[in-house]
Amino acid sequence: MKAKHQRLTLAIIAVLAVTAAGFLALYGLRDNAALFRTPGEIAAEPVPAGQAFRLGGMVAQGSIEELPDGVSIRFLVQDAEAQIPVVYAGITPDLFAENSGVVAEGALNENGVFVADHILAKHDENYMPPELADVELVGDPRR
Amino acid sequence: MIAEAGLAALWLAAALCGLQLIFGVMALRSDSSGAVNVIRPVAIVQGLLSIFSFAMLVWLFMRTDLSVELVAANSHSAKPMLYKFSGTWGNHEGSMLLWVAILALSGSLVAMFEKRLKERTLTATLAAQAAIGLGFYAFLIFASNPFARLSPAPVEGRGLNPLLQDPGLAFHPPTLYVGYVGLSIAFSFAVGALLTRDVGPTFARAMRPWVLASWIFLTIGIAAGSYWAYYELGWGGWWFWDPVENASLMPWLAATALLHSVTVLATRDALRAWTIMLAVVAFSMSMLGTFLVRSGVLTSVHAFAVDPQRGTFILALLILYIGGALALYAIRVSTVREGEQFEFMSREGALVANNLLLSAILGIVLIGTLYPLGVEAVTGEQLSVGPPYFNATAGPLAMLLVAAMAIGPLLRWRRDTWRNVMNRISLPVLITALALMALVLFASPIGILPMLGLMLAAGVAAASIAPLWKRNLRRTPMFIYGMVIAHLGIAVSMAGMAFESAFSEEVLVASAPGETHQVGPYSVTFDGTRPVAGPNWTAIEGGLTVQRGDGDPFVLTPQSRMFSSPQTETNEAAIRTGWTGQLYTVLGSSDGTGRSQLRLWYKPFVTLIWLGALLIALGGLLSLIGRVRRERRTMEREAWA
Repeated sequence: MKAKHQRLTLAIIAVLAVTAAGFLALYGLRDNAALFRTPGEIAAEPVPAGQAFRLGGMVAQGSIEELPDGVSIRFLVQDAEAQIPVVYAGITPDLFAENSGVVAEGALNENGVFVADHILAKHDENYMPPELADVELVGDPRR
Repeated sequence: MIAEAGLAALWLAAALCGLQLIFGVMALRSDSSGAVNVIRPVAIVQGLLSIFSFAMLVWLFMRTDLSVELVAANSHSAKPMLYKFSGTWGNHEGSMLLWVAILALSGSLVAMFEKRLKERTLTATLAAQAAIGLGFYAFLIFASNPFARLSPAPVEGRGLNPLLQDPGLAFHPPTLYVGYVGLSIAFSFAVGALLTRDVGPTFARAMRPWVLASWIFLTIGIAAGSYWAYYELGWGGWWFWDPVENASLMPWLAATALLHSVTVLATRDALRAWTIMLAVVAFSMSMLGTFLVRSGVLTSVHAFAVDPQRGTFILALLILYIGGALALYAIRVSTVREGEQFEFMSREGALVANNLLLSAILGIVLIGTLYPLGVEAVTGEQLSVGPPYFNATAGPLAMLLVAAMAIGPLLRWRRDTWRNVMNRISLPVLITALALMALVLFASPIGILPMLGLMLAAGVAAASIAPLWKRNLRRTPMFIYGMVIAHLGIAVSMAGMAFESAFSEEVLVASAPGETHQVGPYSVTFDGTRPVAGPNWTAIEGGLTVQRGDGDPFVLTPQSRMFSSPQTETNEAAIRTGWTGQLYTVLGSSDGTGRSQLRLWYKPFVTLIWLGALLIALGGLLSLIGRVRRERRTMEREAWA
């Protein structure tokens, strides 16, 4: 094979590989990127059941209740406009508490209850998930 | 005075760095020989000064000198000594100082030990290293001064984030940083070689040990971080495709590709332009990682402070250096003499496949990591990209890559024939097929990715040892052993990942004292909880009596810890490691009726993941020693001739 041809072949293979990787990436992103939403946004623009997203807001005062199985909890996530009930089975993260910010990963079920697979909360008193920084929080202890 | 000494040393180091750059540029313009003899000592003293400056900061933290703002904000007098020491880099300023100190030290090491490189190229390399250094010194001094005083000094410090109060902090950031920043050497080499148009086998042999050394540290640093997250977070996972993890994975992918292409350049004088490009990309990924982690655009335990000014500063540096290097590349690459040709059916061909696949994976991880930032900047919409994306896209490519890795070392350099190759890979292929049969017959239905993973792991393990077949083992060069062990490590690690994802068992219960739960081969009896106290925390400790079959029972004590400063709760998982896997236990909250939440995992062979990573690093070390020794012998021979 001549030098020129080899360079060309290599270049073509490289371009093909990059394009294929790009397509793979975009295809993956279309199906798997999870949007961040607040209760108010969901009230304004409902999300179909089963579609994964991240729900962010404040855990409503007095809303955390333990379910009879002992491992699940139920609570309300709220912002200035609306509330959404959330159920979660598992050990809650450090500093998960009423009146503090939370981000839950999961999807809504048919009854409009958000079933969370993971719960993220503040790491310490100085830290808050960045998504929550812009959200109007009701009963924010900082104010 | 300690803080002032540290700051003065930092300023002096920065000044020397500027001097190093000016000398380098002057020497390159005037064609004068011997300039390197001036630059070398400057680079060495600069490194020593920055190390001194870092040592001063460590001292301040060990003494808990609260008149220093950084110490007051991140330390506490009641903290155990180990965390006072490692807490030095458990904050933004301290970790940036460590970053810069390693950068300067890298330059000094090159100045001290690099004998292979042509004088002019070495001069240009040290000048490039100084150019990078200057920007980061400026960032440190003007935007992240670690030595700023606080007046009046507070009575007590605010303490270190409890998640970081772990021996892992002493180990993970320094090793990772040595790897991250060590790649700056490859970057500077590439810039130097572009400036002097000196790209060839000698250059590649000079660059290889530096790349290998950084890559070894990077591998260990990532593995250490993964294990730390695994036991500290209490989530039972070892990799979350968190943007910060990706930030460390991307330089590793680029460095791994570079490691292989530099070998092609050294052995066959091919892939010249490509190797230079990879060297630029590898350190660019390190800087991008630093930007992502340190700018506050992402949130995690790694993002210590959110300060938009700092983010802009690092972004500017990033654009300056990456843009500058790419521009230089665009101007100069056409003047780099074209390398040798090669057949596709050859070792070189396989290494090209390795490079393409690694680059494709790198691209996919990069897109997935930056996509949420891009979308938010453009539309304001917030979203996150997680494991489903990365597993679906990078997973299959990784499988292909591993298959190429199995075959590659069995190909000859220059040219090979299909028939010979078929002969050599027949045994590994047979083993792969047997593994597939065994899995289908004996394993309950498992996912396609773990299935492929286990199957390939078996075949790859066999294929990675195959290069030793029919060799005289005593006379086999050390770097061959290095390659064999590193590739074997990939197989071991992959087997661990596949086992973990296919065969883990999880039990989540609210348990009353006295109840027994079965997980995997273990029966776990909950004995109740009791309060305990540590130096700066109190905790609820759960007692678990565990028995495996008829074996001796043992006790595990997972804790839920409450730290006082800053006020935080953490879960301390209790883990039992056996020959066939780990039992991982976490204690959750208690309800009013005396029941406590327990989360129990049985993870078969999960430790193979990190054991494999250690093998990979060990392989790198053997290869490094072998290469350096051989190089020294060649140089001695040349000196005689």
